[in-house]
Amino acid sequence: MKIPRRDFLKLSAGGGLLLATVGPTAALASTEKKALPPEAVGILYDSTLCVGCQACMSACKVANKMPIETDDTYKRSDTPQDLSAKTLNIIKRYQDGNGTAKDQEKDGYAFIKRQCMHCLDPSCVSACPVSALRKDAKNGIVSYNKDACIGCRYCQIACPFNIPKFQWESTTPEIVKCQLCNHLLKEGKYAACCTACPTGASLYGPMEMLIAEAKRRLRLEPGVYADFPLNRIGTDSPPRTTSHKVGQYIQHIYGENEVGGTQNLMLAGVSFSKLGLPDLPDEAFVRLADGIQYAIYKGMAYPLALLGALIYMIRKGENNGEQIDKG
Amino acid sequence: MEQKHPLGGRVLNGPFVFFLALVALGAYFTVQRFTYGLGAVTNMNDGYPWGIWIALDVVVGTALACGGYSMALLAYAFNRGEYHPLVRPALLTSLFGYSLAGVSVIIDIGRYWQAYNIILPWHSNLHSVMFEVALCIGTYCLVVWIEFAPAVLEKLKAERLLKRLNRVLLVFIALGILLPTMHQSSLGTMMLMAGYKLSPLWRTAFLPLLFLLTALIIGFAVVMYESLYSSVAFRLPKETPVLSKLATVTFWCLLLFMVIRIEDVNLRGVLPLAFDGSFVSNMFLLENSFLLGGLFLLMYPGNRKCPKLLFLAATCLLIGGGLYRFNTYITGFDPGNGWQYFPSAGELCITFAIVAVEILGYLWCVKRLPIFSAHTPQTTSV
Amino acid sequence: MKTDNFKGIKARLGDISRRDFMKYCSIMASSMGLSTGLAPKIAEAIADPAKRPPVIWLHGQECTGCTETLLRPSHPTLEALILDIISLDYHETLNTGSGHQAETALQQSMKDNAGKYVLVIEGAIPVKDNGIYCMIGGKTFLSMVEEAAAGAAAIIAIGSCAAWGGIPSASPNPTGATSAPEVLKGKTVVTIPGCPPNPYNFLSTVVHFLTFGKLPELDTQGRPKFAYGRLIHENCERRPHFDAGRFAEKFGDDGHRQGWCLYKLGCKGPVTHANCPEILFNDVGGGTWPVGTGHPCFGCTEKGVGFNIPLFTQVEVSQPTPSVFKAPITTEHANPVTIQGAALAGAAVGAIVGASAMAMKKIGQGSNSTDQSSKED
Repeated sequence: MKIPRRDFLKLSAGGGLLLATVGPTAALASTEKKALPPEAVGILYDSTLCVGCQACMSACKVANKMPIETDDTYKRSDTPQDLSAKTLNIIKRYQDGNGTAKDQEKDGYAFIKRQCMHCLDPSCVSACPVSALRKDAKNGIVSYNKDACIGCRYCQIACPFNIPKFQWESTTPEIVKCQLCNHLLKEGKYAACCTACPTGASLYGPMEMLIAEAKRRLRLEPGVYADFPLNRIGTDSPPRTTSHKVGQYIQHIYGENEVGGTQNLMLAGVSFSKLGLPDLPDEAFVRLADGIQYAIYKGMAYPLALLGALIYMIRKGENNGEQIDKG
Repeated sequence: MEQKHPLGGRVLNGPFVFFLALVALGAYFTVQRFTYGLGAVTNMNDGYPWGIWIALDVVVGTALACGGYSMALLAYAFNRGEYHPLVRPALLTSLFGYSLAGVSVIIDIGRYWQAYNIILPWHSNLHSVMFEVALCIGTYCLVVWIEFAPAVLEKLKAERLLKRLNRVLLVFIALGILLPTMHQSSLGTMMLMAGYKLSPLWRTAFLPLLFLLTALIIGFAVVMYESLYSSVAFRLPKETPVLSKLATVTFWCLLLFMVIRIEDVNLRGVLPLAFDGSFVSNMFLLENSFLLGGLFLLMYPGNRKCPKLLFLAATCLLIGGGLYRFNTYITGFDPGNGWQYFPSAGELCITFAIVAVEILGYLWCVKRLPIFSAHTPQTTSV
Repeated sequence: MKTDNFKGIKARLGDISRRDFMKYCSIMASSMGLSTGLAPKIAEAIADPAKRPPVIWLHGQECTGCTETLLRPSHPTLEALILDIISLDYHETLNTGSGHQAETALQQSMKDNAGKYVLVIEGAIPVKDNGIYCMIGGKTFLSMVEEAAAGAAAIIAIGSCAAWGGIPSASPNPTGATSAPEVLKGKTVVTIPGCPPNPYNFLSTVVHFLTFGKLPELDTQGRPKFAYGRLIHENCERRPHFDAGRFAEKFGDDGHRQGWCLYKLGCKGPVTHANCPEILFNDVGGGTWPVGTGHPCFGCTEKGVGFNIPLFTQVEVSQPTPSVFKAPITTEHANPVTIQGAALAGAAVGAIVGASAMAMKKIGQGSNSTDQSSKED
């Protein structure tokens, strides 16, 4: 019988479409912030302390055995203009007007350090179909496994900070990004950039302590001298400190909540958007996509149900004398 | 039900050789790509890691190959017997479209020798949209080959195999409807992950639905386009009546799409962005102009009975729908920091070659396999 | 430090105050990269007469520049001190005796002090034709070195010639001039390259040995790391000019006069390991090293660089670091549109539109004739 089935079909089609429509709104319901991994380590970068010496860049290249980037035939200097397959960590300079006052937005200059943010809810980890990017359950470092990677570059699309870079010039290309020197951990060493920093601008340590330190700095009075720890905090011996004049901080810790929080925190005296750090919501974009997938699929329950319905419909048609045109 | 037979006639003719030349050109660049790496042949970069191989060959290409999906949906799920003659040619296009989308992927991904990692359970990331898309498309490729197998078996006169196949064909047809529903919508979900990098003119939670609808619309349109084009090319009788019916279905789907699309853009308050004169907004206007053009053409029942206007409408929908998907992946994508992308000659040649293979395959198959259910095949011009 | 011992030093050297002596020991310590807290220990070692090891100093294919460098008369007190705290049993330049007398003394010392003496080798060792190209007292230098090395407690090859071959080994090396480490394979040979080396590199190594009973940390070529652990490029006072791109282009030009980097004039600093810019020469104040005087370093300490790469040939920097010019926040990218790309894309669009237009025309023409019969409608 045609008519009842037609109605049935219309209903199920309409329902399916409605689902797809409603699905998105249903997905927005769940948004719990991901917790810090138990032994989460990270970096606190303070742009007001950074003097642009780029020792962190040198140290990174040596520690990770990365080639230099230059247009010069004599390869005199390493001059990357952005993160790339050869550069895991870069210092960039903000300049406005005559660029004379440090950490001032107008007629000033400032430095910013760019590297992988080691997000708490990494978009790259969610995106990768073969789990080539993984977040360590203990220390939270997001690492890359070239033996799993198929080179689809979805992680590059997904990362809100545009961090993963690709070895376009290679016949066996890999994704390249900072991995917080996790290959040095077993030697008892830590992030090379923090080891090299002479002013304390790059500080390594357990996340809770770094967040506390960042908050402490935001409470300091600008213009007075204060002590800042060097290289690393959170070890048995107290860190060496250095004395700096406190700068005028933007009252915001970048990375505390952006896209669910990152393990690479930033402080600055110039607004972060001017330093190239995007304005991001508190929830990773991946959550929305994940939510929709969940709503539409509910595991594989809906697809299987739909498959069943389709088989039923086609067989009904077959049995009702309408031959399947075999092909 | 009408008997199907090969069209016969010479395969190796002018157009065939032209497409062979395109294939040869593309083959040259493909060898370059594998010998020297992606950077040597393409303009893809860290800002735009996906170029036309993904945006055109896969995203638009699989939509163009959704003829098999859309016709199976109508002919089998909704049991519209009148669409049966259109199924096999549509499946043929789907076959080549999806298989070659797969080839495009292998050419595009950097570590292709590890592509099988995607099916290894210890690597699988069930949270990844791309994982679902890859598996779905891969499975659907197989399904389409099986759906198409009866045509081959008929030619080979393998009666026994044909009988055996027919018993299980039902499941594959059902899969052939389920799988594209899943992955075509997921192709939309994929770009949701881009977050702020995707222009508000395309970024919406309705992306999965809109991609599914364009897959259907393009699927219908490509069937109309091919049917009419083949009619004049191979001097076959036109299938206008069934195409008119198809056009009606297409119209309603398209209307639904346009309503959701425009209202969504409007409700999110970003419609003014479409008129700021930038390249991105102009592409938005272009895409919707084609779609609206097609919509208005198909609105009138009289138009739907006219083959010329059907063809024009189909062309508009193919271009508009294709542009919609292309814009979502490339035009509307801006990672910031001054990155730019335009396909290189190598990328374009490889894409042309892929399309050429599809056309060559189509030409050979319609002439040597029982695809068309035409009355009297006449001398072909293509 | 025992008062007797210091009295002994005072007696030998006359007018040296305890303070100056301790100061000298501190300088010794810091030049070796050790804590100045070790100065007293060094002082003890130097002052204690019982600790004076015998030193046998052999000369091969050399110019005696290495000996000369140790004898520069700017601070006679200190040189004399050092030469006085070791028992220099054999030194062809400084021996009082000569001829058979000297050779007998050598044999005697080697026998009496077997396993205890420090062997210093100055100059390269020719090995071609069984080493006949350097003969002393009827013996080949090669055999002398092998014989002396057998009973040595420590072997030091002073100067580039002994360390890696130096000038005599420059192409085509007709005598087969070879370094001491290569001749004495299997033995630990400290090398103090330089042409001549800074005397303090040698003196500190000896004092380290005296004080601690062992040699300082050496690199793979036997060079003490405290002196040869870094490239000249890493410690050069003109490095900021390099990083900022300020180079002297010609001798005497404005940049040269202003003391800019000499890289473009062929300075081998980027590929040479030494501590010249740190401790300078001759103790006469700042800038007393080649680059400081305005001449590019020619890499005298470095095998493969000195006497090999031409003086004014530019070298590649072995470990480039970022320049002073930092990347801006927004990166500039080249325009990706190429003529071929645009042409191909345009052609494709044209082809599709054209083919469709043509087809549409044909469809329009044929719409009156052959149409599939509408049985099922």
